[in-house]
Amino acid sequence: MIESVVELLVSVLLLAGAGFTLVGSIGLVRLPDFFMRLHGPTKATTLGVGAMIVGSGLYFSTRGEGLSLHELLVTLFLFITAPVSAHMLARAALHLKVSTRSRRAR
Amino acid sequence: MLELAVPVALALLGVALLLNLWRLVAGPDLPDRVLALDTLYVNTIGVIVLFDVYLDTSIYFEAALVIAMMGFVGTVALAKYLLRGDIIE
Repeated sequence: MIESVVELLVSVLLLAGAGFTLVGSIGLVRLPDFFMRLHGPTKATTLGVGAMIVGSGLYFSTRGEGLSLHELLVTLFLFITAPVSAHMLARAALHLKVSTRSRRAR
Repeated sequence: MLELAVPVALALLGVALLLNLWRLVAGPDLPDRVLALDTLYVNTIGVIVLFDVYLDTSIYFEAALVIAMMGFVGTVALAKYLLRGDIIE
């Protein structure tokens, strides 16, 4: 009973994570300029990979080898570094004056 | 259920990786290409984690951790290079 509930929860977390990752990549391809494209990978992809890692941590915690917390380390690291790298990339793009939609319209 | 969910999630991540590769090849500006590389390494962490669950081992977990750290350093170095024309001044 409890095993099937855990398996269902892990499956939902893995599938939702993969779905969010795919949405982030679709945003990376489809959105019109760089500053809009930055939103997809920094928010949707980070949430998706975080959900997948939490799902895998839940899976390995219920294998009978005790609590498995080192997966959360990757999630924590990813959640700290994603905004930093997005900020650096946005500053680089501002410096290089990449073409945006409003600059093209003018 | 997990036997079905893991291959489906791997397939979704494969499509996501191909879309990132398209942006890496087609991206009109340099920051677009760096952003595509950044997304590629984050998605690779997801693939490694799913592969761990698929094989029911956790020996590939260290690879995910190392990719997370080295990928962040690489993205920061490339962004710094685009911003200043130099990495360590």
